[in-house]
Amino acid sequence: MKDTLALLQKFNAHPDSRCWYVAWNPKGTLLASCGGDRAIRIWGREGDSWECKTVLQDGHQRAVRKVAWSPCGNYLASASFDATTCIWKKKNDDFECLTVLEGHENEVKCAAWAPSGNLLATCSRDKSVWIWEVDEEDEYECVSVVNSHTQDAKHVVWHPTQELLASCSYDNNVCVYKEEDDDWECRATLEGHTSTVWGLTFDPSGQRLASCSDDRTVKIWKECQPGGGQGTDTAWKCVCTLSGFHGRTVYDIAWCPLTGALATACGDDGVRVFKEDETADPDQPVFSLSAHVPKAHSQDVNCIAWNPKEAGLLVSRSDNGEIAVWNYQSEV
Amino acid sequence: MSGGARLENANPLIFQRTGERLQTANDEDEDVADPIDDREIFDLIRSINDPEHPLSLEELNVVEQVRVRVDDQENTVGVEFTPTIPHCSMATLIGLSIKVKLLRSLPERFKIDVHITPGTHASEDAVNKQLADKERVAAALENSQLLEVVNQCLISNARTG
Repeated sequence: MKDTLALLQKFNAHPDSRCWYVAWNPKGTLLASCGGDRAIRIWGREGDSWECKTVLQDGHQRAVRKVAWSPCGNYLASASFDATTCIWKKKNDDFECLTVLEGHENEVKCAAWAPSGNLLATCSRDKSVWIWEVDEEDEYECVSVVNSHTQDAKHVVWHPTQELLASCSYDNNVCVYKEEDDDWECRATLEGHTSTVWGLTFDPSGQRLASCSDDRTVKIWKECQPGGGQGTDTAWKCVCTLSGFHGRTVYDIAWCPLTGALATACGDDGVRVFKEDETADPDQPVFSLSAHVPKAHSQDVNCIAWNPKEAGLLVSRSDNGEIAVWNYQSEV
Repeated sequence: MSGGARLENANPLIFQRTGERLQTANDEDEDVADPIDDREIFDLIRSINDPEHPLSLEELNVVEQVRVRVDDQENTVGVEFTPTIPHCSMATLIGLSIKVKLLRSLPERFKIDVHITPGTHASEDAVNKQLADKERVAAALENSQLLEVVNQCLISNARTG
């Protein structure tokens, strides 16, 4: 039984600057990348290679940290160190800046769309998480500002089907939020990591959350109903810790919605894929290292993302501006 | 540099500079690759100016060659620096200057870790965490004022450079 992670292609996305993030569109046909050069690039596949279709410049005054596609695939949100989040609308092959969301006090670290497409979450070094509502006229309104973290909020991610939000922070914790009476509140604080938590991802069913950290571990959390299951507060327990696999900070983690494989991006330049043991107790999952490319890039790998439609297609990003496309094959 | 306010450490201890590196026969041989070693890293950081005094980090014993660890094969560089006093508020700035100097001078393949010498500063964990967070470092360096202060520290002094 041999699992492989094969390199399909490597290309330089942001010359002369760091590439911070890359995201697949919901159809899995386009890649949006963003970086220290303040630009966003949209890439499309031409045969076997990837071509840059559009460059979105002049949207931000400082580095763009993350980009996110709306569930319908027609909008892009870009989070920047200039403290704003830009919303772009797709018009044929180009994108137009629709609006700029202001409010955070300093660098916006992440933006993410809820599965319904009506809500957007952003988080920032100012420690807060903002929830924005968008109506049919493309008007954005901030509906909640939650201050549950004591330090920079690094990443936000939505549950795949419910309106449940999770964020992670420099304060070593993960927070889970739900809406109650038109206001968003932190419902659970997941403690356990001993250093900054950089990334979060939900499993395909949304019952579990995986987090990755500067403490070089990955933790899997599961929601458990306290007591009679009628309580409004939820409790999340750490059911698994993957340690000893990563040589340096784990910057990003992605759970494949199609295959359930877990991929990580690490500061030791490596890309790793973990597979879950099918026979293990669901409350005590066991993950094993299925594939590992030690020198996937010549510098830190910042971001990793599974294609939402094509099983096994994985993309990774690095500090040197490179994007690499991989094919993961698992023999089950 | 500190805008006329009282200096934090008005009477720092000043240390002597080590001499120039002695060239060995291998160093002069063009065909032998020079691995990057502790001394080379030290040579890069020793002349960084202290933000407060007209002295280099070497002269203030903030950096010492023994506190530099390089592994050329593993591509790692570890530097420990010792603030002159335990409550030095310039510690983050000094650490940042060391990190920036190395980032600009070394090949991309190197992972650079800058820490405060354990036990020498009141907020060493907080400072170490900030220096290790590359997102924070990148965002800080986009701040033109801070970048200017860092560049001032890195200006090579004709006397020491």
